Amino acid sequence: MFELLGIPPQALFGQLLIGLINGSFYALLSLGLTVIFGLLNIINFCHGALYMMGAFVAWLALQHFGLGYWAALFIAPVVVGAFGIVLERTMLRRLYKLDHLYGLLLTFGIALIVEGVFRNEFGASGLPYVIPDSLTGARNLGFMVLPNYRAWVIALSLFVCLATWYVIERTKLGAYLRAATENPTLVQAFGINVPRMITLTYGFGVGLAALAGVLAAPIYQVSPLMGSNLIIVVFAVVVIGGMGSIMGSIVTGFLLGLIEGLTKVFYPEASATVIFVILALVLLWRPQGLFGRRS
Amino acid sequence: MKTLRSLGLAAILALAAGPAHAQWSDGTIKIGVLTDMSSLYTDLSGAGSVLAARFAVEDFGAAAKGMKVEIVNADHQNKADVGSTIARQWYDVDKVDVIVDTPNSGVALAVTEITREKNKVFLVSGAASSALTGAKCSANTVHWTYDTWALANGTGRAIVRTGGDTWYFLTADYAFGHQLEADTENVVKEMNGKVLGKVRHPLNSSDFSSFLLQAQASKAKIIGLANAGGDTVNSIKQAAEFGIVAGGQNLAGLLVFITDVHSLGLKTAQGLIFTEAWYWDANDTNRAFAARFSAANKGIHPTMIHAGVYSAVTHYLKSLEALKNDADGKAVVERMKATPTDDRLFGKGTIRADGRKIHDMYLFEVKKPEESKKPWDYYKLRATIPAAEAFRPIDKGDCPLVKKG
Amino acid sequence: MAAPPVTRSDTSFRTQAIVFAIMAVALAAAPAAIYPVFLMKAMCFALFACAFNLLIGYVGLLSFGHAAFFGMASYVAAHAAKVWGLPPELAILAGTAAAGGIGAVFGAIAIRRQGIYFAMITLALSQMVYFFCLQAPFTGGEDGIQAVPLGNMFGVLDLKDTTTLYAVVLAIFLGGFLFIYRVIHSPFGQVLKAIRENEPRAISLGYSVDRYKLIAFVLSSSLAGLAGATKALVVQLASLTDVHWSMSGEVVLMTLLGGLGTVFGPVVGAVVIIAMQNYLAQLGSWLTIAQGVIFVVCVLAFRRGIVGELGRLMGKRL
Repeated sequence: MFELLGIPPQALFGQLLIGLINGSFYALLSLGLTVIFGLLNIINFCHGALYMMGAFVAWLALQHFGLGYWAALFIAPVVVGAFGIVLERTMLRRLYKLDHLYGLLLTFGIALIVEGVFRNEFGASGLPYVIPDSLTGARNLGFMVLPNYRAWVIALSLFVCLATWYVIERTKLGAYLRAATENPTLVQAFGINVPRMITLTYGFGVGLAALAGVLAAPIYQVSPLMGSNLIIVVFAVVVIGGMGSIMGSIVTGFLLGLIEGLTKVFYPEASATVIFVILALVLLWRPQGLFGRRS
Repeated sequence: MKTLRSLGLAAILALAAGPAHAQWSDGTIKIGVLTDMSSLYTDLSGAGSVLAARFAVEDFGAAAKGMKVEIVNADHQNKADVGSTIARQWYDVDKVDVIVDTPNSGVALAVTEITREKNKVFLVSGAASSALTGAKCSANTVHWTYDTWALANGTGRAIVRTGGDTWYFLTADYAFGHQLEADTENVVKEMNGKVLGKVRHPLNSSDFSSFLLQAQASKAKIIGLANAGGDTVNSIKQAAEFGIVAGGQNLAGLLVFITDVHSLGLKTAQGLIFTEAWYWDANDTNRAFAARFSAANKGIHPTMIHAGVYSAVTHYLKSLEALKNDADGKAVVERMKATPTDDRLFGKGTIRADGRKIHDMYLFEVKKPEESKKPWDYYKLRATIPAAEAFRPIDKGDCPLVKKG
Repeated sequence: MAAPPVTRSDTSFRTQAIVFAIMAVALAAAPAAIYPVFLMKAMCFALFACAFNLLIGYVGLLSFGHAAFFGMASYVAAHAAKVWGLPPELAILAGTAAAGGIGAVFGAIAIRRQGIYFAMITLALSQMVYFFCLQAPFTGGEDGIQAVPLGNMFGVLDLKDTTTLYAVVLAIFLGGFLFIYRVIHSPFGQVLKAIRENEPRAISLGYSVDRYKLIAFVLSSSLAGLAGATKALVVQLASLTDVHWSMSGEVVLMTLLGGLGTVFGPVVGAVVIIAMQNYLAQLGSWLTIAQGVIFVVCVLAFRRGIVGELGRLMGKRL
């Protein structure tokens, strides 16, 4: 059995790295959620379902069209993003002026429908998706064996997260986006099509979820249930980071991955709960979240 | 109106004067398949179990024997209270005589209590808990296909015997996982093996790499997976990714179904060793059953749970045919225990006083991809565990029905 | 003294009294036509939804952790009846008290937050309760506490008789319902509504808002506990399902479907959802889809819920 002092530092290092890998999923997913929340004021409860959908699109592309992993990395976000755009145009759009609660309830309903349909179609035990040949294998880092695929996951998600942050916080497009969050009427007056920008943002946010889904497909089973357990954890990540804060959700995503990884060593039974303990503590101490601005 | 009533009367008379002179409460034998139709266990039981029950009724030739059999089914959603409400309602209102299948031990334990209270019959195929024939056993319940003890015993014994004498457990942190772990640990220790450690993960974890690294660090020869469903599948998948098997350690799945292997794919699952009660490709009758089954079930081949439902329903109907009365559940189960079982899927067997159905169990190894010749050709037989050794000795289960000698 | 002019709230009261009478009579007569165990379960969930509605409908606080009260109370009641051998009335009381106690702790922590933060903090706390229930030995893990004995209520009412049990559950439900109605229409309830409409204003009027909210929270959690404890006796088991966060989601669904902030809405919503789970159980995953569709349709087209829309058509508050 492991004890606090009984762990060689090398093993601990390995666990921390693993935590970071899981954190990269949290970061990707919470980033999408937070972008959507920031601009649309919608708490997107169907994020988990769309993440699952991304994995399924990858699987279907391989089964029916022979399109492999690399193609899926592009196709899945596009397909799911398009689906998201349809959702936004037909349903979410009507809720912007209402309380947050309604957006949450609507997307919760959508999540139930999407998951139910996939479960009906593909069963519940999940489908296999193999790691692409170029990323199989593992390298020995001395303190642990790191599968190449995991290294790729961490690299790609870091890149995507930072690129998103850069675009939103440092470019002109991002400036419009942020301005539209604060005062849509004014931005509209500048001749920018705000509704279209909102639609595309939603499509982008859920596209990120789909991308995470494709990344997850070779590691986990492609299963209709894969998103439903993840969603409330990611939700907690967003709130801890501060709702609407881009950097907050990225940093918190990785950070919580690390903390969860440590819990898995010292008190594994609690590893699914620790995030909620932190959530409660953070909300008590800093209601606006770690990186959120006080409103 | 008058003619209608007399018609009805005539029908009742005709039934009463039927060939068997049987006493069916309300005229029909009603079988309720209570299972998981929407979640974790859908593929390994679910609609397939309903199908298996229907085949059993057809093959038995119930209609030709003058027995009117009807099958109803419901989804317990893996919620004990939903399951128990349905069970109560079936017994009280819908005149269901027997409930079958019921994966998920929590729901099965609840249904056992209700069946006892209403004096009906409960034939368990899907649930695993050995408590069903142990401390919680009932004179109205028969546990058909497998249980945690049989799995732990079969797999644990075989692996220790072939040199896998140091173990590390990856256990789902709930009662079922604990029981599976404890049962296996006993077997390992009894055979002078060692348990080097264990880690308990929350139910439905998605990432197992951290737990697997801990298992790897323990240097145990065998990593025992005391979990089920998606948890098992994900642990096996990620163990392959981290090169655990390549590094010389072996995985022992304690509860694996053929649908799990199908979902993993042979490339990942190859070499896995586990215990099951039935395999579709074992002989011609099984193959014929599988062909008929999969044709009606989206190509999914039958699991041991499906076969168990078929076998249990067949024996139930046979016992009713002899007994000619289905009103007293306890008497029906007594009759079932008194008659040796014999059906085309499980062959000959018996039911013990504690409600445990006894038959051979099999130790399987998952084939390498190149060994698989056709779809669903996944297992090779490693050993047959004879019926006498396959299940927990009757005096070790603390079942109140068994008189201590 | 001349009769005061009939005001809108008077006619609403009259309608509500009539609807209540119809509901009581219908529930008393229903076992003749509908399976009583189903009705009892539906009543437990109806009370649960009413308790939840007290918070969201009248204080404007969305709790996403009400499963903790409902489930914990059912564990405590089941444990009290089975292991301690307490009679049913004390078992139910113990469950209710436990829920009220947890509610006081949750409330003290959560009420200073609003909106989504309130929802998240209640979710976080209820996840901890779930973890506790999973780990604590007395809950029996995922097998739950099975075969809860029914016993004699007050020493005379034999609950093993379904009719007696039904009468008791009906009494508990109607009692709880009237209590909530009384609370809503008391001066206390008026202050709650004032807080919901405009919190800063309520503060400036000198109300200690936090205390009012806390009391409302404790009341809501205790009543949710009463519902959970009663349910443990009705279905004779307590299980993890009742503490899981999806149960918190389900009660939101019931209340939303029936009508947020309506008196009878939660009852209607609960009955519809429980009936779907019970009578459409053979549909499997289509049931999940149907529930999702209800959510979507409610939010897009019937934000007032079934009862809210009916009330609007009739021009009455129901």
